[in-house]
Amino acid sequence: MREMIKMVVVLTLLSAFSGGLLAAVRVGTKDQIENQELKFVKGPVIMEIFKGASNDPVQDRFKIVDGDIERIFFVGIFDGKANRVILEASGAGFADTLGVMIGIDVDNDKIISAGVTTHKETPGLGAKAKTDSSWITQFSGMSVTKEIKITNDGGKINAISGATITSRAVCLTATDAGKIYSRLKPQIQEKLKDFTK
Amino acid sequence: MAKSIASEFTKGLWNEIPPFRLVLGLCPVLGVTTTMQNGVGMGLATTFVLICSNILVSALRNLIPGKVRIACFIIIIATFVTVVELAMQAYAYQLFQQLGMFIPLIVVNCIVLGRAEAFAFKNNVMLSAADGLGMGIGFTLSLGALGGVREIIGTGTFYGASLFGPSFQPFTFMVQAPGAFVCLGLMLCIMNMFGSK
Repeated sequence: MREMIKMVVVLTLLSAFSGGLLAAVRVGTKDQIENQELKFVKGPVIMEIFKGASNDPVQDRFKIVDGDIERIFFVGIFDGKANRVILEASGAGFADTLGVMIGIDVDNDKIISAGVTTHKETPGLGAKAKTDSSWITQFSGMSVTKEIKITNDGGKINAISGATITSRAVCLTATDAGKIYSRLKPQIQEKLKDFTK
Repeated sequence: MAKSIASEFTKGLWNEIPPFRLVLGLCPVLGVTTTMQNGVGMGLATTFVLICSNILVSALRNLIPGKVRIACFIIIIATFVTVVELAMQAYAYQLFQQLGMFIPLIVVNCIVLGRAEAFAFKNNVMLSAADGLGMGIGFTLSLGALGGVREIIGTGTFYGASLFGPSFQPFTFMVQAPGAFVCLGLMLCIMNMFGSK
């Protein structure tokens, strides 16, 4: 009995200690990791969506508090007008969470372009959503107020062959991003005024 | 039998150099050594985990009940692995992207668990730290050497710098999985040639 109690106590204390240590490290590195992700994962996608912008969209960003979470928006300035934003939404992919960024023209609520950021989809199949840039161009010109679907579900996006679930997940996540955008549009327009000079 | 700190440290460098003499922890040895940089990065991450887990296991060796020692080891090792993972994500994101899945897998690396069970659980803190450091450096050197050979032959670069100019035809077999086995086998063979007297 005594040994039993000792085992429980030691394991509990050890787990508590490691939990505390991990929480401390997590808090300590959170901002730094966010910066690194911006630079290496999101940065290239943002630059691709806002090709030809006259500013640095990774630097020109603002945050809006949406319920419990803070959402980051990246601003693209074209022809001297700050009328395009990128936002990211995440949803459940085939494996793990999937991050999708969409660039929106605020004047007509249409998607300029989209891109997949973080994912753990199957290499060669689902991963094509990120690696095969021709697939994601199907999103260009779509309206953000309407639901985006693959052709199997009665939509307009041709699914990647062999990766229907991933394709559907990207559509769902892009639709989510559209909903967030529509909900926050007044605030976004307010913030964008600061960037037009 | 008195053990000196120096001898515990140096045994990891040659007499018991982990992948070649103990032939332990081969999964990362074969998996990540496509370039020297990856090998060294992986080796350093493992070294950190080895030293920290050895010290902690050794310090707690009189408290941990024998029946749950493996569970305790795993908690300790997993904690430090997660610390390394977060730190790498924060300060060496490109290396993190390269090593990816192999970092969390340090938890089940036989060397780390093996040293905790075979050495740290039976010896004092100073000796365990020396053992961890020696084993870690040995592991790093092995991975660096293996990665270096495979990188030079397989891609014609050394630590990222081009060696042979544009006319070099890379022998890509060496950076693929079978090349890892062949290369490791040859290195083991050379080690045995020197060792068998």
